[in-house]
Amino acid sequence: MKGYLFHTDDDRREMLRSIGAESIDEIIDGQVPQALQMQRPLDLPPAADEMSLEAELRSLAAKNCSVASHICFMGAGAYDHFIPAVVDEMASRGEYYTSYTPYQAEVSQGNLQVMFEYETMVSQISGLDVSNASLYDGGSAATEAVLMALASVKKRHKVVTSDAVHPQYLEILRSYLVGIEAELVVVESDESGCSDPLIDAIDDETACVLIQHPNFFGRLEQVQKIADTAHEKGALVIQSFDPISVGLLKRPGDLGVDIAVAEGQSLGNPLAYGGPYLGIIACRKELMRRMPGRIAGQTIDRRGNRCWVLTLQTREQHIRREKATSNICSNQTLLALRATVYLSLLGPQGLKETAEHCVVKANLARDRFAASERFELVHSGPVFKEFLVRDREADVTGLMRRAAAEGVLAGVPVSDVAEGACGGRYDDCFLVAVTEKRTETELDRLMAVLDAAQVADSVHLAETV
Amino acid sequence: MRNQQATKLIFEMSRPGRRAHHLPSLPESAEAISELLPADVLADEPPPLPEVAEGDVVRHFVNLSTLNMSVDTHFYPLGSCTMKYNPKRNERMASLAGIGDVHPLQRDGTVGGVLQMMYELQDMLGEISGLPGVSLQPAAGAHGELTALLVAAAYFNERGESQRTVVLTADSAHGTNPASAQMAGFSTKAVKSNADGLVDLEDLKSKLNDETAVFMLTNPNTLGLFDSQVGEIADLVHEAGGLIYLDGANMNAILGIARPGDFGADLMHFNPHKTFSGPHGGGGPGAGPICVRDFLADYLPGPVVVRDGDGYRCQAPSKSIGRVRSFFGNVGVLVRAYIYIRTYGKEGLRKVSEDAVLGANYLLSKVRHILDVPHGDRCMHEFVASAKRLKKDKHLTAMDIAKRLLDYGFHAPTVYFPLVVEEAVMVEPTETESKETLDAFAQALFRITEESGDLIDEAPHSTKISRPDDVAAARKPILKWSEGE
Repeated sequence: MKGYLFHTDDDRREMLRSIGAESIDEIIDGQVPQALQMQRPLDLPPAADEMSLEAELRSLAAKNCSVASHICFMGAGAYDHFIPAVVDEMASRGEYYTSYTPYQAEVSQGNLQVMFEYETMVSQISGLDVSNASLYDGGSAATEAVLMALASVKKRHKVVTSDAVHPQYLEILRSYLVGIEAELVVVESDESGCSDPLIDAIDDETACVLIQHPNFFGRLEQVQKIADTAHEKGALVIQSFDPISVGLLKRPGDLGVDIAVAEGQSLGNPLAYGGPYLGIIACRKELMRRMPGRIAGQTIDRRGNRCWVLTLQTREQHIRREKATSNICSNQTLLALRATVYLSLLGPQGLKETAEHCVVKANLARDRFAASERFELVHSGPVFKEFLVRDREADVTGLMRRAAAEGVLAGVPVSDVAEGACGGRYDDCFLVAVTEKRTETELDRLMAVLDAAQVADSVHLAETV
Repeated sequence: MRNQQATKLIFEMSRPGRRAHHLPSLPESAEAISELLPADVLADEPPPLPEVAEGDVVRHFVNLSTLNMSVDTHFYPLGSCTMKYNPKRNERMASLAGIGDVHPLQRDGTVGGVLQMMYELQDMLGEISGLPGVSLQPAAGAHGELTALLVAAAYFNERGESQRTVVLTADSAHGTNPASAQMAGFSTKAVKSNADGLVDLEDLKSKLNDETAVFMLTNPNTLGLFDSQVGEIADLVHEAGGLIYLDGANMNAILGIARPGDFGADLMHFNPHKTFSGPHGGGGPGAGPICVRDFLADYLPGPVVVRDGDGYRCQAPSKSIGRVRSFFGNVGVLVRAYIYIRTYGKEGLRKVSEDAVLGANYLLSKVRHILDVPHGDRCMHEFVASAKRLKKDKHLTAMDIAKRLLDYGFHAPTVYFPLVVEEAVMVEPTETESKETLDAFAQALFRITEESGDLIDEAPHSTKISRPDDVAAARKPILKWSEGE
């Protein structure tokens, strides 16, 4: 028998004797009525040994382009940042990745302390009082923040947001809001790619305002101004932020934001075709008891030693059942560990320099696009690490395909992120993301490949004509 | 001897100017940051993170790791959580270049290998569950519950049955069931268990009507018993116009033996981190793929992978409830499930469940002389004992047993769940523990029942800390480190 089973046939016989059963079938028949049992084997491939399976997986892996084989300028919510070796090394310790949710605090102090350190760091990078031990991903974290706000601000059902928020985050929000009484107002961003127009939509019915800064287009928002207006009207402000950006930019808490959320993939987590990712959430202390998910807190044990436990569990599903504020009973501890190790390695200076590299190199890339004939920068104002490019030939997807064939993942077409994203206004555009990993040589390579693709286009056109 | 210095908080090891990470110089052609970004968005200084050397970081996190129990180091008989061995091949293959480092928005043609794997996994989960519509997107079991209930709501809405607003849950259900129902906009009612620990059919009948949307059922249930009336339950619920949701937490008991789709379920979730050996990661990440009957498949969240000629592509189902998570889902966890299922193959998965059931019944046969087991002489992959009598006779509670077991080198079982058993001790050995380990565990349990006094009251004695003050933690929450505290 292949696999990970322990029992020898002798063990099985002896165990059955101890149970007082003739066979395993007898035990199963006693529980599961024959009529409900499968009468055939599962229709699955035959068992595979490790060597063959690994060979097969390697050949499947070879069918994929990746950031190992290609130069990556793709972003739109998932980024090719550098992951220091120490991060992988720590996260691959079995004592972390094969352990369980730390209900038994005595034998989980490692994980609990990591959670506490993670929560402290999230508080430090968000500028807010309280963090939980993480949520599923940046998109569902944004939605949980909205649910939190709707529960906190009584008798208000309006959620105001902008189409400069990640279109998939808005899709998640729409899916969840079906279950509760709420009205979602998505305001179109202005020509500069900013969300100022949403200010006019904030009224006395508004429970919360959700913005992203730097936003989906990489542009910087007037967070403080939006927050001031929202607070005047009695609404809460939620900001989705890029955790790398606060190496340079003011933090959500410093801008008057009430709840901050982020996709923590950037903090030492692999791209992994979209998951698992790390949902970061932090809030002001007044909102603490509305926060979903696990929270680790400090206390002392009976010997007086400082220690850590899961706390504030009265909010949670296993205690409140029908009245729980959320159904979340897991978190992304292993990814939170990776983020904690990552931020420990970077420190304030490393985070700042990483952010500087993003800004500087993104702008060098922008200069190159600005100088090209085929492309147009959609927005002229400052960006953080990502920007929107219009393809005057409007063949964005073809362009990306040909660049990929040349070893460059050149960007993300806006229409690939979500169907009908931004009302279709940017369907001829793509987002280019530039992290600290990119070099000037790679920027030149990007432009060369796109130019070549352009030539290929005209050849192609000539042929069809 | 513990390294006390390396288990201080990382913030307490910080020294201004100490560094672990260095980047190359900025390009010479670069403009200054002050030219590129307006002054009003810039912070005066970066956030106050710890300043430590790489050696500090390594020693700190390695030392902290040794304060955890884990499947790699200990037996973890946690009922309802299926803490089985986490195969190392899963880890290596999931992080191969071309799998672990693929961008989620790459076009279908550049991720053919991943899509093929996910397509095959959809197929395999459909076969194992007997429910052919599959979405891999939900990020956790509870997320799968919520997603499936949103699917059910969309289905009823389209049928013009929006009056179906009530979700029934068994009183032994996981707490996530009622909470998920609440989030999906339903109200909930609990259905009682009968004396045998199964669904009380009379109580169920009395609660079924044209407001019933879904009955959420765990089968095998949280007592480790297969509810043999499930066919009748499904008929009753379906006659009332409702759907059956199966909480897949206990699928490890019935792989290749019985399929939810065959015994009446319309929707279910899998917990690949339980059933298919994904590591629990200290509380996550998991994943929560859902499987549904064909008439519900069009409502699933997208994207799902479909076949397209020789290749594969992602698409959203026609009446999709929309997205519940960004990008595809927890692919890293799903790849591990894929490798696990492929390792066992068609006959192997049934063997997994047979050995899980064998191990649980063997341990039950040893434990029933030590603790009362209120429901049944036999069980599926787990059983629930009760320390009620020991509490009365010897002041030995389920929690005492749990804590003292830690000293014997075993992780504690699940205690005080399910709620329908007093002083519950819920044990799930899984198929990846040897008879010797199960014997040693039963022996430890027996010895604990012979103990008393400080040995029990102050347990555990061998761990870094003992019996933390949960009440103080909740009354005056300290949720982050602050300088000087």
